[in-house]
Amino acid sequence: MHIVDGALSNPVVIAGAVAAVGGIAMGLRSLPLERIPAAGVLSASFFVASLIHVPIGPSSVHLILNGLAGLVLGWAAFPALFVGLLLQAVFFGFGGLTVLGVNAVNIALPAVLVGLAFRPLVVRGSPLHGAIWGGIGGALAIALTTLAVAVSLMLSGDEFILAAKLVFFSHIPVMVIEGLLSAAAIFLARRVKPELFIDARRPLT
Amino acid sequence: MTYVLTGDSAPLSGFAGMRAKVTTLDPRMRIVMTALYAVVVVSLSNLWVLTSALGLSLSLLALSGLPPRETLKRMAMMDSFIIFMLLLLPFTMPGDAMFSLWGLEASWQGLWRAVEIALTANAVILAVMTLVGTMEPVTMGHALFALKTPERLVHLMMFTIRYIDVLREEYQRLRTSMKLRGFRPGTNWHTYRSYGYLIGMMLVRAIERSERILAAMKCRGFSGRIILLEAFQLRRADLLFAFILGAALATLIWAEVHYAAT
Repeated sequence: MHIVDGALSNPVVIAGAVAAVGGIAMGLRSLPLERIPAAGVLSASFFVASLIHVPIGPSSVHLILNGLAGLVLGWAAFPALFVGLLLQAVFFGFGGLTVLGVNAVNIALPAVLVGLAFRPLVVRGSPLHGAIWGGIGGALAIALTTLAVAVSLMLSGDEFILAAKLVFFSHIPVMVIEGLLSAAAIFLARRVKPELFIDARRPLT
Repeated sequence: MTYVLTGDSAPLSGFAGMRAKVTTLDPRMRIVMTALYAVVVVSLSNLWVLTSALGLSLSLLALSGLPPRETLKRMAMMDSFIIFMLLLLPFTMPGDAMFSLWGLEASWQGLWRAVEIALTANAVILAVMTLVGTMEPVTMGHALFALKTPERLVHLMMFTIRYIDVLREEYQRLRTSMKLRGFRPGTNWHTYRSYGYLIGMMLVRAIERSERILAAMKCRGFSGRIILLEAFQLRRADLLFAFILGAALATLIWAEVHYAAT
């Protein structure tokens, strides 16, 4: 899901960087210093979760869980996922440097959108009800991310259209798995610690 | 500490002896030069110039004292992610026919575009890993703060760096206990549910941990500010390094313009 340096056209790279700065600023505004330990620890857990490989048939996929991140962190998911991408690029060599903005927008914007749209639904009703909505949100976040990756490739040149379509269709199993996993995670969290999904802006007591 | 970030096997401290040369340079200068390097290399398009850029990255790798084989292996891992996109390009880009495969025309233009992307991506990521990736993650945070990155973003990064290891150990403890109970992953509902519960449990434990952290910080007089202590100094060696790298980049730009004109 990471785009590398050199593939995208300059307007796409610059637009991505500008949008990422805006998103990070929005995220940091909703993050008082008191909440930073919580956001940081959650950001670290999403980083670790992205290292988990889940088997699918003879192969395996690694998780992104941006939908879950959005549901837990809200707008703060933007800087949290950006930090994860930065660390991955610098220490793992995944992705690139100039495309960091585009990659951040592609992964974090769907997270924030899903978080804003689905959090009220996830918190309400029985844990099972919340889990179903959370699962839909988790799958939708991946769908939006692949769509965003496809669009950023297509805007950069017609030669990427086939690659963009392949990115989208090859990720359909990933959407299903992320949806199932997010649903199960939310089911457990709703039963064990419902406060996990409180508004991130509220200071911890 | 953060050995998850810098390698799966050895703790970071074990690396320290090997990383002698580049690590003595000012981290702020390394970050700025890396950003400059990335922008310059991305703007290049001549294949010979890009090849020299990759050569420049390789010489930085030699200079950095990073284990070359592992670093290159990591770079190759990134290539394995993009290889499909690159293989598609000759077939999707119109141009002079190179050969045809199952009725699909491959074009030279597409091939060159694929090579261009591969060279750019590898040159940049190699420079990033050697110049910035050799830093202690915490030093990178301090250097970014010294370069006027918003304070809260740096704090968020520091917490993330600090707890990646802790949480990975927690993940491994949970996995061990699953294994002891006979869990074997496969493509089935049980596996996905168990992984989901695993992640849910990690999040629950993470938020509880963060409450304890905040309580501990408050107990020590946390007043809403965290002080980032690290004094950086720009020495003569830093200026020399920046000058040489800058000159090399200027040469690359000159070569690109020169080739474009001919």
